[in-house]
Amino acid sequence: MNGVIPLSWMLALSAVLFVIGVVGVLVRRNALVIFMSIELMLNAANLAFVAFARHMHSLDGQVFVFFVMTVAAAEVAVGLAIIVNLFRLRETVFVDEVNLLKG
Amino acid sequence: MIFLFALFAAVLIASGLLVILHRNPVTSALFLVLAFCSLAGLYIMMSAEFVGMVQVIVYAGAIMVLFLFVIMYLNLGRDVESGLPTQLRRGLGWVAGAALLGEAAALIGRRAVPGPVADTPVQAGNTQAIGQVLYTRYLFPFEITSLLLLVAMVGVIVIGKGRAAPIGAENAPGAGEGGA
Repeated sequence: MNGVIPLSWMLALSAVLFVIGVVGVLVRRNALVIFMSIELMLNAANLAFVAFARHMHSLDGQVFVFFVMTVAAAEVAVGLAIIVNLFRLRETVFVDEVNLLKG
Repeated sequence: MIFLFALFAAVLIASGLLVILHRNPVTSALFLVLAFCSLAGLYIMMSAEFVGMVQVIVYAGAIMVLFLFVIMYLNLGRDVESGLPTQLRRGLGWVAGAALLGEAAALIGRRAVPGPVADTPVQAGNTQAIGQVLYTRYLFPFEITSLLLLVAMVGVIVIGKGRAAPIGAENAPGAGEGGA
């Protein structure tokens, strides 16, 4: 495994993935797809973590990826529970039809 | 190695784009699984085997099953998106994304990060090394993580139970069917 992939390639890939996630959050109106886009952004950060960990010859970045995954799992569970509750209340998962806080 | 990188990167970007472009949420979720699997391939290529395996097991296995479960529970069809505000917002979203991508390209190009200094010494067990770091230097954050998971679990159960049986019991659908 003589890795010859430069760090900047991995960072570019991570940036592209992050931008895809940002565009997904901005463009879609389905709350579930917005959640998937957030997962894409978290994974872009994970990719950058692993790339830097390999660049620095350190394991700390991989441990951080572990923590990020744990937080993402908790976030997905809580967020999906909120979406299910929202669907029970409003019969929709489209974020622009949910204006409960609008005065 | 470069071929593998190109393959995984192409699959990753294509499936990521399909996640946000496809109209059917189930298809989006399945393409997200594909994106996670190619990410796992990239991790293993960067000699982070443990992270790659956890990526497949936890993300593609557990989290996406939760996603699919909720999508099918809500019985969502294809999204209908129309109207001028939707078009406007979508255009603005793509413009903002393009601006962000340009910024990232400028940053990465300007810094000109060099490649790895030397090859990573092939260590026998990446999992063993991570375990040793995780249970010594990062022991306290590890325990805090378990507390976070406990709090999330309790919160999900409380949220998913719905309202606690109102007196008139007129909105019964939340009370009887348990958590999600």
